[in-house]
Amino acid sequence: MHFFVQELVNGITTGSLYALLALGYSMVYGILKLLNFAHGDLYMIGAFMGYFVIQWFGGAMALTIPVPLLLLFMFVIAGGLTGVLGVAIERFAYRPLRDAPRIAPLITALGVSFFLENAVLLLFGSQTRVYNTPDFISFSTGIHIGVLQIDIVRIMVIGLSVILMIGLRLLVSRTRLGKQMRAVAADREAAEMLGINVDYTIAATFFIGSVLAGVSGVMAGLVFNQVYNLIGFVAGLKAFTAAVVGGIGSIAGAMLGGLLIGIAESMITGYISSTLTNLIVFGILIVMMVLRPQGLLGRAPLQKV
Amino acid sequence: MSDLPPAESQTQSITGPQVGVDEWVMRAGGRRQYAPGWRGDVQRRTDKVGWWPRLALAGIAGALVPFVLGNQFQLQVGINALLLALLAVGLNIAVGWAGLLDLGYIAFYGFGAYGFALLSSDQLSTAGVHLPAILSLPIVMVAAAILGLLVGLPSRRLLGDYLAIVTLFFGEAFVEFTNNVAPSKLGGPNGIFALDPIHSFGVQILSNKGYFYLLLVLLVLTIAVLHLLDTSRTGRAWRAVREDPLAATLMTIPVNRVKLMAFSFGAVVAALAGAVFAAQQASVFPTDFDTPFLILIYAALILGGAGSMAGAVLGGLVVGVTLDGFLRSSTEAGYIFYGLILLTLLVKMRPWRKLALVLGSTVVLGFALHAIVKAISPSAVAGGPQSSGWIASALHSWVIVPQNPTTAGNIGFVVLICLLIALVQIHGRWRTIVLVPTLYLAACVWEGRLVAEPSITRQILLGAILIVMMNARPQGLLGSRRVEVV
Repeated sequence: MHFFVQELVNGITTGSLYALLALGYSMVYGILKLLNFAHGDLYMIGAFMGYFVIQWFGGAMALTIPVPLLLLFMFVIAGGLTGVLGVAIERFAYRPLRDAPRIAPLITALGVSFFLENAVLLLFGSQTRVYNTPDFISFSTGIHIGVLQIDIVRIMVIGLSVILMIGLRLLVSRTRLGKQMRAVAADREAAEMLGINVDYTIAATFFIGSVLAGVSGVMAGLVFNQVYNLIGFVAGLKAFTAAVVGGIGSIAGAMLGGLLIGIAESMITGYISSTLTNLIVFGILIVMMVLRPQGLLGRAPLQKV
Repeated sequence: MSDLPPAESQTQSITGPQVGVDEWVMRAGGRRQYAPGWRGDVQRRTDKVGWWPRLALAGIAGALVPFVLGNQFQLQVGINALLLALLAVGLNIAVGWAGLLDLGYIAFYGFGAYGFALLSSDQLSTAGVHLPAILSLPIVMVAAAILGLLVGLPSRRLLGDYLAIVTLFFGEAFVEFTNNVAPSKLGGPNGIFALDPIHSFGVQILSNKGYFYLLLVLLVLTIAVLHLLDTSRTGRAWRAVREDPLAATLMTIPVNRVKLMAFSFGAVVAALAGAVFAAQQASVFPTDFDTPFLILIYAALILGGAGSMAGAVLGGLVVGVTLDGFLRSSTEAGYIFYGLILLTLLVKMRPWRKLALVLGSTVVLGFALHAIVKAISPSAVAGGPQSSGWIASALHSWVIVPQNPTTAGNIGFVVLICLLIALVQIHGRWRTIVLVPTLYLAACVWEGRLVAEPSITRQILLGAILIVMMNARPQGLLGSRRVEVV
């Protein structure tokens, strides 16, 4: 039983990372109907930035600033950089293709993803960077219930994800920008006619989504410790599917989908086989996509003629 | 209407239906404009030649290639390029003709290779299954067709992007499968080796030259079959489905069946290529069928022009020869790099005066900066070009490459990308002004960093091909621009 709960906690942690990443996919997909393959690579770049911030302030063993401040810097720098990068990618690669056939931006997104992966390989090399989180955030701090241990990093990841998701929810439902985003997602041309600055709205969407990707990358670094240039691709794939499983365009759906995939993954690792995890998860996802492409919380799209 | 459709800008004296209406679109083929002068004459002449004499001519030209190639390495490059061309032609069926984004294509290639490997080695039983190619190739192709049908089944329900992700999962799952499932049969990460060569009726193909001709024959045959298919009812149905599935349904085209057929035909071609690949290198490994190779096939198809079979072949050959062959040696890679930059400038820059001005000021800027930096700190230019050959010696006192170029090269690379993005955004005089330092920086980064990492450079260039081609010329080198209906 205690093993089960431990795996459940691990699953919820991974799941909230997927959920944050899924939100970016979901927002971009909602507004542009574009599957942004490069989103997962922004997550990877965020994780790298977090690592460099740790090195900058003395490395994991000899930090020169207090840990909360370090975490703040990591999230702000990684999130800010990936946010700007996301906007640049949108401006450079996707905006010229907005009215092109659907397949063109998809192929471009594939190219952007591949380009980013290899640019990072050129810049930072192929070796795995290690965060060494336990060196500065002790593993023993956290909640202990009997034999069950939930360390502080996981609590922080889950808490921060929940806060960010609530914030995003409020942003989309309450603010002017959120209203514009919903309008552009519903009908771009009509929104433009009503005086909404479509380019700005789309860029803002990319910015927010990419910031979330960068933040989840840092969190992934803190939890999994290992960072290299290919971590983004599979994580991105799973996150997109999380968005689809939950119902694309819906924030609660992305959250639900992310958690489901995270928990499923950690249960398979714990109870069946760790080498087959990806294979089984991919299999489940294919079946899910085929049987219910509109997702758990989504509605089947009406086809407009 | 404020924004005119692109078709209307090229107004010409056409009698007949109004520009942009359906009848006008329908006659797009007959309205093709010939280039002025001798190029137009050549185009008109070649248009009169039928498709099969052209294909035969191309095949004969290809058959002469091994006489020119000097060594085994060049022959191997030729084989890889032909394989890539065959794969691009197969991918063109789903992506170019039917408009389905098939990201699991690489898995069919791997399936063909593994299928052939199991049927031509000792893996399946102790005595081994050693079928002749005349049996094993058809078995593998039929199995791939069935697998293609199964994978294509979701396309009945899924829209474009979901289909892409499901097929991508299928591709990833294939690599995971070969890596982790049944290691005694599939070999796990160590793959399967000691395969039979292609053999039947007592004839074995052992030499690289033999595989070159085999691939050439297969490519020509595939193109012929696919051309017949393309001009048949099925081919037209694919195009109808690509343009508008709903309209195609209303015209009683069985959309689902047509999509499945596209998947299946693509899978068969990929499996064929995979089997020959496995036989040629006598081994298969899971890493041969991973995403980077998929990107390579896509880059080939997009460069040549999705939707055009000649484009797919050309793209496959160009990407195969330039990126696979030349990039191995820094001298030849330099020819490609500087040649491409000069060619792009020649084609895109008008008038000539401006072009001469840009090139001249780039040269002057380089010498001036080199002299200044050398005067300030000699170690900053001590590295010299990392490539060799006459280009490098010509550039020696022009590019700035520091003693230890890695860090500086990395910073230069990031700045270069920022400059390139800026170049796209700005227009007019500033664009010309920014172009000069960009060109110079590109040369410095190339000599200082990119030449030292040929395999990464290759991947970066592949990604860049996809982005740039899609933005600048989505129809590829040989494809034709789609006619949009108003």
